[in-house]
Amino acid sequence: MLAALAAMLVGSSLVLVFFVAPEDADQGLSQKIFYFHVPIALTAYACFGWGAHKALLLLWRKDERYDLESFVAIHQGTIFGALTLATGSIWAKASWGHWWLWSENQLVLFLVLFLFYSAYFMLRFSLEEGPRRANISAVYALFGIVLVPVSFLAIRLAENVIHPTVFTREGPQMSGTMFFTFCVAWIAITSLAYTLYRLELLGKRLDSNLRELREALSS
Amino acid sequence: MSYLADVVTLTRKDLLLELRARDTLPAMLLFVVSTLVVFRFALPEGADELAAQGLLWVALVFTALLGLARAWAPERESGALEGLVLAPTDRSAIWLGKSAAVFVFLAAVELVALPAFAAFFAPVDLSTVAGVLLANIGICAIGTLLAAMAAASRTRELILPLLFLPLAIPLVVGGVGASVSEEPERFLAFLGLYDAVFAILCWASFEYVVSE
Repeated sequence: MLAALAAMLVGSSLVLVFFVAPEDADQGLSQKIFYFHVPIALTAYACFGWGAHKALLLLWRKDERYDLESFVAIHQGTIFGALTLATGSIWAKASWGHWWLWSENQLVLFLVLFLFYSAYFMLRFSLEEGPRRANISAVYALFGIVLVPVSFLAIRLAENVIHPTVFTREGPQMSGTMFFTFCVAWIAITSLAYTLYRLELLGKRLDSNLRELREALSS
Repeated sequence: MSYLADVVTLTRKDLLLELRARDTLPAMLLFVVSTLVVFRFALPEGADELAAQGLLWVALVFTALLGLARAWAPERESGALEGLVLAPTDRSAIWLGKSAAVFVFLAAVELVALPAFAAFFAPVDLSTVAGVLLANIGICAIGTLLAAMAAASRTRELILPLLFLPLAIPLVVGGVGASVSEEPERFLAFLGLYDAVFAILCWASFEYVVSE
C-alpha cells in the first residue's frame, strides 16, 4: 500500500519534472536534477533527525525496539546522503564543469556527514550485540545531529578564510509550476524514504525473530 | 564538592600512572616533533607560512589521537573500568577526570610543539595559542568519550580516528582560522561554542557509554 503510493508519487513527479515543469532559461536540461537533488538532501536530514530522535528515546525509555529503528533511519539517511553527493556532483559537473566544488557548502557538509555516519556503521558492527551496543550507537547518533549545525557554521566560517568574497544569495526564484513540481518531488522522495525505512525495519525484525526461533529450537 | 574531589582523584591517578610508567607522553612528544620534521620536507620549497599554519593543526590533531588511543588502556588492561563504574560516584566524573588528564598531556606536548613550530616554520602569535587551548578542551571532551566507545569495540585503536576526525573538522576550521584570519575573535568564539556544546553533550551521555 505504502509502496504503491510511493511508486505512484515518484512516477508522477518524474512526469512533472520532465514534461510539465518549464525548462530553466539559464541552465536548460541540467536544472532538472534540482528536483531530485534538493528533496533527497532534505530527506537525508530528516532521516538523520529521525534516527537521533529514536536514539534519544532509547536512552530515555531503555526500550530495545528503538535501537533498530534508529539504526535503520540512519542507514536510510546515509544512503540518501550518498545520493545527495552523487546528484550534487553531477549537477556541479553540468553547471560549472567540475565534479567537486569546495564552495558548495551544503555538499561539503554532506561529505562530512557521510564520513561521520560511515564511522557509525564501523562502530556498530565492531561492538558486541546487546544493550551496550544500543547505548553507544545512540550516543553517537545524537552527536551526529549536533554536528549538523556545528559543521555548517564551521564550513561557512572556513569559506570566509578561503574565499574572502561573499556570495550574494538569490532567493528561491521559481515559477509556480516549478515550485509545484518541486513540492511533488519532495513528497515523493520522502514517501520513498519512509517506505524503504519500513521495509528495512520489517526485514530486520523478521531476521531477529528468525534467529531467536532458531536459537530456541537448537537449545 | 565530593564530585569535584572524585574528579581530582581520578585525574591525579592518571597523572601518577603516567609519571611512573612513562608510556604515553614521551611517545606523543617524539611523534609531534617527527611530524613537524616530516612537514618540513612535505612542503615544497617556497611554500608560504599559511600552509605551515595549517599543517601545525594537522600535527596537533594526530598527536592528540595518538594519546587518546591509549587513554583508556590502563583501565582496560586491568579491568578497572568495571570497578570505576560500580564505584559510588557520578559516572560523568570518570569522563571529566580522564579528560582533564588528557588535557594535561596535550598541553605538555604543545609546550614543546609550539616553540618547535616557531623555530622550524613561522612565529606563533597569541591568537594561535588561544586557539590551541580552546581546541584542546574540545579534543579532550570528545576524544575521551569516543575513546571509551572505541575501547568497548573489537577494533579498538583502529576505529578511534574514524570516529574522531569527522567531529574534529570544526575544531580544525576554528583553529586554523584563529591562526591565519585577520579577525581571529570570530573563530575563537566558534571554538568556545563548540567546546560548550560538545562538553555538555559528552558530560550528559558518558554514563550510557560505560554502563548497560
